[in-house]
Amino acid sequence: MKRTFTCIVCPNGCEIETEYEGTEVLSVTGNLCPKGRTYVTQELVDPRRTIATSVRVLNGTMPLTSVRLTSPVPKARIFDVMDEINRQTLTAPVRIGDVVIRNILGLNSDVIVTKNIDKA
Amino acid sequence: MMKKQAVIVGGGPAGLAAALRLREKGITDILILEREHLLGGILRQCIHDGFGLTRFGESLSGPEYAQRFINRVLEEGIECITDCTVLDITGDKVITAASRKQGLLQIQADAVLLTMGCRERTRGALATPGTRPAGIYTAGVAQNYINLQNIMVGHEVVILGSGDIGMIMARRMTLEGAHVKGVYEVQSYPSGLPRNIEQCLNDYGIPLHLSHTVVDIRGRERLTSVVVAQCDEHFRPIPGTEEEIPCDTLILSVGLIPENELSLAAGVELDARTRGAFVDENCQTSVPGIFAAGNVLHVHDLVDFVSLEAEALADSAAEYLLEGSLPECRLTVKAGNNVGHVIPQRISGIRPFTLSLRVRQPLSNVSIVVRQGEKEILRKKMRKALPAEMIQLPVRADKLNDSEDMEVFVE
Repeated sequence: MKRTFTCIVCPNGCEIETEYEGTEVLSVTGNLCPKGRTYVTQELVDPRRTIATSVRVLNGTMPLTSVRLTSPVPKARIFDVMDEINRQTLTAPVRIGDVVIRNILGLNSDVIVTKNIDKA
Repeated sequence: MMKKQAVIVGGGPAGLAAALRLREKGITDILILEREHLLGGILRQCIHDGFGLTRFGESLSGPEYAQRFINRVLEEGIECITDCTVLDITGDKVITAASRKQGLLQIQADAVLLTMGCRERTRGALATPGTRPAGIYTAGVAQNYINLQNIMVGHEVVILGSGDIGMIMARRMTLEGAHVKGVYEVQSYPSGLPRNIEQCLNDYGIPLHLSHTVVDIRGRERLTSVVVAQCDEHFRPIPGTEEEIPCDTLILSVGLIPENELSLAAGVELDARTRGAFVDENCQTSVPGIFAAGNVLHVHDLVDFVSLEAEALADSAAEYLLEGSLPECRLTVKAGNNVGHVIPQRISGIRPFTLSLRVRQPLSNVSIVVRQGEKEILRKKMRKALPAEMIQLPVRADKLNDSEDMEVFVE
């Protein structure tokens, strides 16, 4: 089987022509670095993504802080992860790197704060 | 009147990086003026990740990337006035600003660093017909509402234009429960990066319709629908292809324009192609002592390159302040065949510099050629070259001469 992937690992966005059988990669061309092959292999077996969103902050100088995942989660679980994050409320002050949820839904990824919010 | 060695207009990524490099170079008397309450510029609302891959080797969100610079600016004790809008800059480098805390300020600067960033093209610039209901936002405004102010802008969404921020907002709004019906792009190719088409649109099943535009906007109080149509190669809607799409929100991602009203006030000449200043290899504008870098100079794809450009600016500005002058740049750099624009537009021919350019259309298996007179200075083969991706080429001094103009073209 043949398929063209657009690698999302970095802004180069390589178009990677891939030949594969099932989940086994036979050949890749077009990737500027080895991460392209790793990306394609992962895409065939278990496509994963990180997400970024926001969490409500009480008593802060801003109503929200931003958060992101520390490692990618299966694509199919993105909306479950969003639901879980949306249940959270933090209280100011919050600091970059604060863990909001450790090991979210058992997916080996933490939700961390990415913006400092001071107390109002 | 207050006196400063270097005044930096804008505390976003370019201004912060420039301030830190000036300090490293021994310039102590620096002032950053920032219109918003907090430093960081547009990065504060860019909460998605992917920032800092080249600079820090990790994928940070915008606020994290900005905070690394802000922390260092604070550690260095560099003076910043926030909530401060610059009203005027003269050719003699007198800056007039309105500060919430300090009132009206007048500052005489030895060097002015323009790092104001860019603004978005609006509906007015497109002249799209129709009514004027609520529910029409530029992508950056929607991003500000959702990511900073906790205000959701709509539920049934159409996006016009395939700029990166529009695609990033398509994903963001989908995550927040909106239904994004499609992205419509008048050109026959996307204007954003391929990876954003993949991870923002394809991942969420959002269709991208090329060669399509919005031809009518309907609704009285709130947007109720838009009419889209297919376009020919001259961007003219093709009669008979119209389709009405019910929606309550239209997001515009139709281009960014360097923010240069203050530059014009100072007498800085602008390039009609970039809509930023004409600059030489030192990022110096047509007014000596006034420099520009980042999105105010030309719109970048990646903040990492904004930081680098601002640091190069600061190297030159420091030299200007410490030595009193910079090498004269008499030679012009011309954008030739299939090159949309070049930065810098003037060089000395005796120093190395980084050439930035964009191609005019998507091309494959081409070479970017840099020539001075008949002599080829540089040739870079590219498997693909997209207008969405800025191309940067380091040019070495030993290849240059100081008598012939330069041309950059695609072959």
